[in-house]
Amino acid sequence: MTDYAIELRHITKTFGSVVANRDVSMFVRKGEILSLLGENGSGKTTLMNMIAGIYYPDSGEILVDGTAAEIRSPRDAMRLKIGMVHQHFKLINVFTAAENIALVMEHKGKYSLKSVKARAREICDQYGFDLDLDQKVYEMSVSQKQTLEIVKVLFEGADLLILDEPTAVLTPQETERLFNVMRAMRNNGKSIIIITHKLHEVLEISDRVVVLRKGEYVGDVLTRDATTAVLTEMMVGQKVSLNIGRSDPRELHIRLAVRHLSVLNAENVKVLDDVSFDAFGGEILGIAGISGNGQKELLEAIAGLQRGAEGSSVIYYPDDDRDSTAEQLLGKPPAAIRKMGVHLSFVPEDRLGMGLVGSMGMADNMMLKSYKEGHSLLVQRNAPRKLAREIKESLGVITPSIQTPVSRLSGGNVQKVLVGREIAAAPTVLMTAYAVRGLDIHTSYTIYRLLEEQKRQGVAVIYVGEDLDVLIELCDRILVLCGGKMNGILNARKTTKEQVGLLMTKLADKEGKDR
Amino acid sequence: MEMLIAWILRTVSFGTIILFGAMGEIITEKSGNLNLGVPGIMYLGGFAGFAVAYLYEFSSPQYIPFVGMVLAVVCAFLAAMLGGLIYSFITITLRANQNVTGLALSIFGQGVANFFGAFLLNGKTVTQTAVHHVFQAKIPFLSGLGVPGQILFSYGFMVYGAIALAFFLQHLLNRTRVGLNLRAVGENAATADAAGVNVTRYKYMATCLGAGISGLGGLFYVLDYNNGIWATTDQIEALGWLAVALVIFATWKPRNAIWGSYLFGMLYWLYQYLLPLLGITVSSYATDLIQMVPYVVTIVVLIITSLRKKQEDQPPQNLGIAYFREER
Repeated sequence: MTDYAIELRHITKTFGSVVANRDVSMFVRKGEILSLLGENGSGKTTLMNMIAGIYYPDSGEILVDGTAAEIRSPRDAMRLKIGMVHQHFKLINVFTAAENIALVMEHKGKYSLKSVKARAREICDQYGFDLDLDQKVYEMSVSQKQTLEIVKVLFEGADLLILDEPTAVLTPQETERLFNVMRAMRNNGKSIIIITHKLHEVLEISDRVVVLRKGEYVGDVLTRDATTAVLTEMMVGQKVSLNIGRSDPRELHIRLAVRHLSVLNAENVKVLDDVSFDAFGGEILGIAGISGNGQKELLEAIAGLQRGAEGSSVIYYPDDDRDSTAEQLLGKPPAAIRKMGVHLSFVPEDRLGMGLVGSMGMADNMMLKSYKEGHSLLVQRNAPRKLAREIKESLGVITPSIQTPVSRLSGGNVQKVLVGREIAAAPTVLMTAYAVRGLDIHTSYTIYRLLEEQKRQGVAVIYVGEDLDVLIELCDRILVLCGGKMNGILNARKTTKEQVGLLMTKLADKEGKDR
Repeated sequence: MEMLIAWILRTVSFGTIILFGAMGEIITEKSGNLNLGVPGIMYLGGFAGFAVAYLYEFSSPQYIPFVGMVLAVVCAFLAAMLGGLIYSFITITLRANQNVTGLALSIFGQGVANFFGAFLLNGKTVTQTAVHHVFQAKIPFLSGLGVPGQILFSYGFMVYGAIALAFFLQHLLNRTRVGLNLRAVGENAATADAAGVNVTRYKYMATCLGAGISGLGGLFYVLDYNNGIWATTDQIEALGWLAVALVIFATWKPRNAIWGSYLFGMLYWLYQYLLPLLGITVSSYATDLIQMVPYVVTIVVLIITSLRKKQEDQPPQNLGIAYFREER
């Protein structure tokens, strides 16, 4: 008999050449709420997915209740009384809550929606869930869907619950309710792992914290001994020198003056809240923040892809420091903004989702952004072909030919094409988001050098990145976003990772209360 | 009056053909497979049923009509299932495009039926099997009860079978675990997979059994509606597409398909019965236009359901999308 609900020993998992988890060992006690803390891409979700049976570790072993376990599918996990609530809910929209619960029931015995409902009702009453079992999922709010997911997991009899960033989609009140339920479940003897990167939540809800960094286990600390500073340091780690070769900015000219920029999402919630800053030609402005804190909205609003809320203003100075030619960008169509020299290259999580057409070759992808320049009836293929060849040469894109569909290229090469195309258009403002997402170190440096080169040519570069080491060594200034609000602009040469990390996770005190 | 009764009789038998076709397709689509091969599958079913009954009749010394009927039904079902199996293998296992595969299957089924049909026809333009007497046998006694008897009880057994099957499928889809799992697969295969449902097996089973049911529509057409006559005909194809339209009209619910199929039948034959009833004569080219009405109705239904945005009336969410577990 052990008091560990689950124990991981030397777990390693790789995807291709990318190591997601390296030699991670950790455990969860029975009746404990454990926070799994780490930055984006630190391997938290991957690690948990291995417990939940979504992935299978390359090496290492998992002990459930003291005995070695093979977890090859969610079904296996369910049998071992492990349940995971994913960030993206696994629910069927046209089913009622009860039908969704029935779907995961052991697939034997008599099918009776009535008995399912009765048992689910018991669970709801026991833990104080507020759930209408006859409601269809598509009529539910996000918080209700999450409740349903948790009830589903409890219905299967899970003793270990894994919640993947459960508060990311909740309002503070809903979060409080969730925490109460979590405490009730712990008092009932259940073990809970909560994946999060919000420090104040870690301190509020958990008993113990395990920190991961870049796929590796950093250490654990009892929550009562933990402070924000300690956790931040564990999260971001020691400074690593990268030798990117940053030049000092010369001849700064203002290019963009962003004032009080706010963006509302479809639900009328402010995803970007009153952001003001200047961007200068000849410098790289870094934007730091945990993903989903307004970076995307910021860039898209400048590029004309999102509408700025009332009172927002983005002034663009095409000529050096001359006010007479300054123009308001908000309200202009994206194509017009592009034409003025403000370019955006956004690398989404699936890389091909935005900006490139997978089944088309490099040349045709170049044409996507230039076909309007042709004046004859037929499309002009020569210029994009030439451009594709140039990018292939200068950036060393590895592809059999410029006609090979870009979906067959490796991730790094796809990104070179994406970034290269924007640079080739000779912009005055170049915005790139996650330009090195998923790239190996060598290719990343190629991209850094490209951006550095642009900066030297006097382009205003705005770089949204995830890796703090890179931000600090590549950029001249770093703007930190937290919860859609601007949390300060730092001088990259003087700041530390801890400082950036703190600003990323915690709103400055002027807001009165932590978020 | 007689005209009206004749119209109803024609409507019900016509509706039964597309009811079978549509029920099979509903089951198929509920698993997320959009099988546009319904016309081809109905050809396969119709031809196989006819061929087996025909060969049995003319080769066996002791011909028993009932045995001929059973053989026809079983073989029609199996042949149509084979069509479904081809479709399943190509779209589920090989993950080819469902629309292209379905259309190819349509052409394939018709080609196979007409090719082998040429051997049975043996140079003639039509040939007939006697087994249609079994298919068309009316319910004794009840069918003799005047007008109600004529309207309600004077059909072959497959007409009643189709209605019973529709109610059974409705129950299966909404009241059983198999139905719940099947709907889950069609709505969101990844979720069903995570819940431990064997997605591939459900897709294969639903598509093959669905094809079998659709095939019965072809069988009914040849051995009941068409009096057991096989001829080189294009009509099955038109009926197949009407069945696909009926699936949409019924908003993927077998129970709606029952009255939908009769409504389609009524509209389809409107020109021959209603117009004379009203004393209107139209030129022959206008009849084709009138036969188009079921399609127009389907489009209207599509417009209405998309305007109402009721999720229950929408096609299964993963319809037309191949599923494979992401290994990342």
